[in-house]
Amino acid sequence: MRAIVSVVGKDRVGIISSVCGMLSDKGINILDISQTILQEYFTMIMLVDISKSSVQFSDLVKELEQMGTAQGLDIHMQRAEIFEAMHRI
Amino acid sequence: MINTGEILQTIEMISQQHLDVRTITMGISLRDCAHPDIKACCDKIYDKICRYAENLVKTGEDIESEFGIPIVNKRISVTPIAIVAESCEAEDLAPIALALDRAARNVGVNFIGGFSALVHKGFTKGDLKLINSIPEALAATEKVCSSVNVGTTKAGINMDAVAMMGRTIKKCAELTADSGGMACAKFVVFANAVEDNPFMAGAFHGVGEPECVINVGVSGPGVVNHALQSMKGKPFDEVAETIKKTAFRITRMGQLVAQEASNRLGVPFGIVDLSLAPTPAIGDSVADILEAMGLETVGTHGTTAALAMLNDAVKKGGIMASSRVGGLSGAFIPVSEDAGMIAAAEKGTLTIDKLEAMTCVCSVGLDMIAVPGDTPADTLAAIIADEAAIGMINNKTTAVRIIPAPGKTVGDKVDFGGLLGSAPIMPVHSESSAEFIARGGHIPAPIHSLRN
Repeated sequence: MRAIVSVVGKDRVGIISSVCGMLSDKGINILDISQTILQEYFTMIMLVDISKSSVQFSDLVKELEQMGTAQGLDIHMQRAEIFEAMHRI
Repeated sequence: MINTGEILQTIEMISQQHLDVRTITMGISLRDCAHPDIKACCDKIYDKICRYAENLVKTGEDIESEFGIPIVNKRISVTPIAIVAESCEAEDLAPIALALDRAARNVGVNFIGGFSALVHKGFTKGDLKLINSIPEALAATEKVCSSVNVGTTKAGINMDAVAMMGRTIKKCAELTADSGGMACAKFVVFANAVEDNPFMAGAFHGVGEPECVINVGVSGPGVVNHALQSMKGKPFDEVAETIKKTAFRITRMGQLVAQEASNRLGVPFGIVDLSLAPTPAIGDSVADILEAMGLETVGTHGTTAALAMLNDAVKKGGIMASSRVGGLSGAFIPVSEDAGMIAAAEKGTLTIDKLEAMTCVCSVGLDMIAVPGDTPADTLAAIIADEAAIGMINNKTTAVRIIPAPGKTVGDKVDFGGLLGSAPIMPVHSESSAEFIARGGHIPAPIHSLRN
């Protein structure tokens, strides 16, 4: 099962490292990363494989959100199908 | 991989433009729950709903969390109770509404629709018993919704039923006077009612439907409005194109959620309803879209044309995005549930007469309109007759959900809370329609009903 993790917020040292560290702790494999600075905002999109995740999807979503709030970032995780459905025919 | 811009666009639609799935509605047939003893009938109904819908809310919440898309309501529609209770010996069918209410609470849905009767051509014994039970049933329950179909293009309009509906609405208001006539907000009178509507209060599980089915209603007025912000001054062809593209995206998401829910629940997928359904939240308004097209206030001249274009473009965009489209599929214009409509009604620009014209070009009808508490039953019936005539002649669904708010008059406001919102009391014509309604009988089906 594939999901998209999106991270948006003010740039600072160690964002990628902390998000990736957290995902790897849960057994989640990162398949692709794109990262850019949009209007001074750090914007990272990751395609991840969650089939070997050690925690439930909904718990993971919550943990990521909490981690985002703590660091002043907006972090979402959603199944990849929703983006494919909306943007690809 | 999907590019960053597209991903951020989707996230923004959800977090800032109120994109959501308005409802996942499970249709359940209760045709096997008939029993002469009403208590036994109630038990069968309760057990069956609890069994079939046991995982509905949980599944909805799981999908919500995994896809990151809010699913605002999880609901149930059932076979019109007049049919299920036809063989009950009891005269009062309110106990069945109580059983539906209990079942709805048990499985955790926020509304259950189908305390309904289809009487466009006449009444059976069960239909009459059900209609007589409606006011008490709606006053005694919280989650039960009721509807009566009084006309179709094929059958004409049952004017005896129309007269009865005026009185039923008055009674509903009286019994729930302390909550502003709340029972009326859960009661819809239809012409050309559809069998697979997922939206409340008019949802019921039609007789042509399977044992159990999942229907989904999408939403997204805020997303369409946002898309139109960059279209200022552009010709209508371009506006229509933009709406179509937006509607396509919204509907694709609805289709995905519908398929997912259907797979997880092991219940066949029915339809996606392509309606733009507003909520009272600021920025989630159909009125705002019409105003974004260049109208100073919704209700002014040009509103009907703007709505016609919007409604058509939404359907054209949505139709390719879903494998099966059904339900009502059109823009909703419920006054109390749309901040822009409320503002326009308070200003006096949006009147009942203009709303009636608007219902000729969109679904569904005069929806969530509050009128003075002393409005006579005949006048309510005449308003219903007008809407039913529009539906009958134009081969479309029309409906009336009107609240004669007890003790209130023009200038007052009635608050229902939550998704039902609050409604300013709108004036009705004071000239009588009593003699017209007293005639009773049947308005014959129009000539274009003879298609065979």
